[in-house]
Amino acid sequence: MKKTMNILIGGEAGQGLVTVGEILSKSLVRAGYYILVTQSYMSRIRGGHNTFSIQVSPDEVIASRDEVDLLVALDDLTLTLHGKELTPRGRIVADQGCSADEKVCLKVPFGHLAADQFSNIAALGVVSGLIGLKEEIVGRTLEDFFGKKAPGVAEENRKVLGDAMAWTLSQPPFMGKLPPVQIPTRRMMMQGNEAIALGAISAGLKFYSFYPMTPSTSIGQTLAKWAGKMGLVVEQAEDEIAAINMALGASYAGAPSMVGTSGGGFALMVEGVSLAGMTETPIVIAVAQRPGPATGLPTRTEQADLQFVLYAGHGEFPRAVFAPGTVEECFHLTRRAFALAEKYQGPVFVLTDQFLSDSYRSIEPFEVENLPLAGPSWKAVPASLPYRRFAITENGISPRLLPGWSEHRVVVGSDEHTEDGHLTEDLSVRRQMVDKRLRKMEGIRQEVIPPELKGDGNPEILLVTWGSTKGSVLEAASHLRSKGKKVSTLFFPQVWPLVQEQFLPPLQGARQVISVEGNATGQLAKLIRQESGFEIKKKVGRYDGLPITPEYILRELGEISQQRSSRM
Amino acid sequence: MVTLKDYGDYETTWCPGCGNFSVLKAVKQALVACRLRPQDVIFVSGIGQAAKAPHYLNVNLFDGLHGRSLPVATGVKLANPKKTVIVESGDGCNYGEGGNHFLAALRRNIDVTLLVHNNQVYGLTKGQASPTSETGFVTKVQPEGVASAPFNPVAVAVALRAGFVARGFSGMDDHLALIIQEAIAHRGFSLVDILQPCVSFNKVNTFSWYKSRCKELPPDYDPTNWEAAMKTAEEWGNNIPVGILYLNNRPAFESHFPALKEGPLVGKGVDQGLLAKILDSYR
Repeated sequence: MKKTMNILIGGEAGQGLVTVGEILSKSLVRAGYYILVTQSYMSRIRGGHNTFSIQVSPDEVIASRDEVDLLVALDDLTLTLHGKELTPRGRIVADQGCSADEKVCLKVPFGHLAADQFSNIAALGVVSGLIGLKEEIVGRTLEDFFGKKAPGVAEENRKVLGDAMAWTLSQPPFMGKLPPVQIPTRRMMMQGNEAIALGAISAGLKFYSFYPMTPSTSIGQTLAKWAGKMGLVVEQAEDEIAAINMALGASYAGAPSMVGTSGGGFALMVEGVSLAGMTETPIVIAVAQRPGPATGLPTRTEQADLQFVLYAGHGEFPRAVFAPGTVEECFHLTRRAFALAEKYQGPVFVLTDQFLSDSYRSIEPFEVENLPLAGPSWKAVPASLPYRRFAITENGISPRLLPGWSEHRVVVGSDEHTEDGHLTEDLSVRRQMVDKRLRKMEGIRQEVIPPELKGDGNPEILLVTWGSTKGSVLEAASHLRSKGKKVSTLFFPQVWPLVQEQFLPPLQGARQVISVEGNATGQLAKLIRQESGFEIKKKVGRYDGLPITPEYILRELGEISQQRSSRM
Repeated sequence: MVTLKDYGDYETTWCPGCGNFSVLKAVKQALVACRLRPQDVIFVSGIGQAAKAPHYLNVNLFDGLHGRSLPVATGVKLANPKKTVIVESGDGCNYGEGGNHFLAALRRNIDVTLLVHNNQVYGLTKGQASPTSETGFVTKVQPEGVASAPFNPVAVAVALRAGFVARGFSGMDDHLALIIQEAIAHRGFSLVDILQPCVSFNKVNTFSWYKSRCKELPPDYDPTNWEAAMKTAEEWGNNIPVGILYLNNRPAFESHFPALKEGPLVGKGVDQGLLAKILDSYR
């Protein structure tokens, strides 16, 4: 594996851990490094145990790591829980009162360096000093962060930062710094949810409704932040049923719309999904997965709602489901979702999970000039033609007029309907309408993004995965190749529809196929079997609430021991 | 000039004698009196016999799920505040299945008119109690009589200081047409709770039952007086006041959105230069 430094900051909720993590992450991105963040938090506002880990490297980082190179303990519990994750040359930063060995632990007089409420910033200063970040970069980032707060707050914090950095630099050398990189860099720091929000805005989103639910809430918060500037309406609904119905109303009226939620909230939206299918109303639905069932583990990650999202909504109607594997894909696939939703006039899903939603990464800027917009594209039908919203066509797509923008009436209904949209109980019309709606699936199939095969077409092992597990699978495969094994990967950025011709050859060409998914029952593996007959016999699953790391995969494959991952 | 003919004449699936016929007539009259062209009106309905009413009108229509018309209407209005948005459905949709949305709409004061056909029973599903059925009302599902106290929509609306709260009766159709016309004209959320008989399933609250009890509010009644409105909203039984119970001119919900100051959300492009600046802020 490539040279990276994994910094893990641990502490209680309320200690300002995320503040440190975000400022440090941003400073690293601005200093020209690549990062990959894993946020781990509990369902509480104070106390408990939270961590913010940053995998950092001068080269591209695609996966997190279990092993820790620098452990920053804002409390004692962090030492107890994570001490054993340290690499042999790993180092610790902790309060001078802790019991760790001085050879590996820099004992910081936090109480002396700053008042209690600033100890997190002092820790930021110490870490920055140790890894070799320049004060100008960290200080400027800190000021950007605190700039909007009361005057004087930024200055106060910057002084603490400066003092802590100076103290650190006055200590005897403790650990190796990060290798230098060339700057300037144009890269942005962005997490999955921000990318979904910005991708949506770039595609033409104008209406977003939601009910707050971890880990999807930051999609709505990002959109609310930019709503005024970009001319969006963002509305917190009274419940998820209202959220999806509002979005369908806005979409029917012509505003490209999206909703965002997690499993339990999506459960409430399910009738709305059916409504989207029946009324043929475009809508993008972002589902940020977390462990269920029911309330489950509200702040953890899992990939167990694929089948739920695939079948949600009574009745039969077309849909598409995307599963971005990186923050860039969150942006681009959300854009694609809007285009598809509008073209095929129905629900399109973007599946993410807590890990990816919250994972800050260092991203090349998105080129937004001349990006195509999704939106109703039908020209007005002349007054002499009778307009029928559900006119039966060969490809199943009916011309979509917007209510109030022409002399024509636009009638849509949740009951079965005739071509003009009015309610019917004529059973032969019913049959034609089902056929018409399902015909749209053929077009969607033609536009599927095929799974990505990396590596030999006839490997010893083919690792198959979808969504946020992408990076870890690629990293694990790369490691196995470096040990002389012929390993390839097959990644599905779109999990519905599946087109057999696109994935069967690599599956059949491999000696052994292994699926890697963040769930217990192997949902993609089951889907592949359903659609092609191919049975994936070995499945690696993870459902303890934590993201799949490369080491996890290698351990499950027996490639590395349970006790220690090999030095990579 | 808009006429009743522009709103069409359709065959219905209602029982002969249903209160819906009069309500439909009153709605048409009101739309014409408001000088609204059919293409500029967007109706949203739910499920039930009442919810079929907009299918019998030549208007734009989103006939959605049971109880979920108000959120749809809210979305429609926020996407295109220039259009007249009217929700028409029954008491089951609006006070039962959609109760939470009723409360939220009252709180928001979205500029939508809600016409509720309140016949105190579930007609289309053949006779179960509705949220407005009176205590003791006997049905096949409630053979001992309804145990719960009835929902009082106008009292709840007044308590939450809704923009416009009115009650009408299908048997007073000209009066009803006037109320509906004012409700549509009011900028903010307008509730018109319309009492009507269900000839098939409600043998208690019949046409004559309502007729002998519904009394127009006196001409000196001040609908801007909240305390008086709360009292009036509580009146039921031998005397059921009909008319405009409460008026409140607080701002309509959509006026709070900066995005809507420049017009509807529909057909707006994306300011790519601004978006590029926003992305830049992530560096």
